[in-house]
Amino acid sequence: MSLEAIGALREPARRAVYDYVVAQPEPVSRNEVAEAVAIGRTLAAFHLDKLAEAGLLETAFAARTGGPGAGRPAKLYRRSSAEHAVTLPPRDYRLLAEVLASAVERSGVEPAAYAAARERGAKLAGGDPVARLQELGYEPFEDPDRTIRLRNCPFDALAQAHPPLVCGLNLALVEGLAGERDVRLDPGPTGCCVAIGSKNKKR
Amino acid sequence: MAEHHLAQLNIARLRAPIDSPELADFVALLPEINGLAERSPGYVWRLQDESGDATALRPFEPDVIVNLTVWQSVDSLRGFVYRTAHLEPMRRRRDWFVPADEAYLVLWWIPAGDLPTIAEAADRLDLLRRTGPSPEAFTLREPFPAEPSTSGS
Repeated sequence: MSLEAIGALREPARRAVYDYVVAQPEPVSRNEVAEAVAIGRTLAAFHLDKLAEAGLLETAFAARTGGPGAGRPAKLYRRSSAEHAVTLPPRDYRLLAEVLASAVERSGVEPAAYAAARERGAKLAGGDPVARLQELGYEPFEDPDRTIRLRNCPFDALAQAHPPLVCGLNLALVEGLAGERDVRLDPGPTGCCVAIGSKNKKR
Repeated sequence: MAEHHLAQLNIARLRAPIDSPELADFVALLPEINGLAERSPGYVWRLQDESGDATALRPFEPDVIVNLTVWQSVDSLRGFVYRTAHLEPMRRRRDWFVPADEAYLVLWWIPAGDLPTIAEAADRLDLLRRTGPSPEAFTLREPFPAEPSTSGS
């Protein structure tokens, strides 16, 4: 399945459609996609449905309020929560990560794991921290309070099974990477639990 | 009105006495975290003594504190535990608590309106430790629904 899913992204226009949908905070309609990517509505719908078939997007129907089509349910698309990973030859780093996470919890060496994550974050630092976070898959964005939030948890599956440990690792990694910025845990319903304040660390 | 509520016990072995400097940060966080629980969607009840928390109650062992709560659902409990400011003390738990080599948290369903007792909670934890997760005693990682569907339906 995952190879097919990744294959579905080979076509440049479809890739552009996918990139647009996953960057939006809310589910989007085919009309919005057509306009944003500058393709026809029919073609946008074709690519959207192919991406949904491949398990890369999820669909839902919702009555839109205001504007054309108000009251009529529109088909909306958003990123699927399913993960796709391909390794050739087969490797299973998630299984290994789960074993290691369990061992860390059992032996109580979370502080050592956090320290290792902070060091790793510092090694990854350099240039604009937001750009670095983007490269690492955190999908950073600035909220209205100028706090940088992270739409995606790159370790989501492991975080679901070991939240305090993995959220602590994320915090330490981002602290190491963000240098002088004020980094804290500020969990919301979705996304990564780490937030980066607009001010520097209090000294 | 739901027919079932979720009972939750977790225990933790203190690294140092509750009134020691090592535990000061944890004790200072308690009122805020307890208040946060009470304001969280799906909160029903928590065990407390006259001081407003349950840290003075030591029904298991003298250095083991207990947290016994009731929630409307697994999702409401999960939301509070992992998606609020409660996550920060969870992250820091090794500063205050000894790691456990056995299950330290157990969940089970109770009739809505009932309250769990410490004795019942101890039995559920014991059951989880002996047989692993089951509909009678389970964990957040492996939850069971309140009313298992009958086979053949």
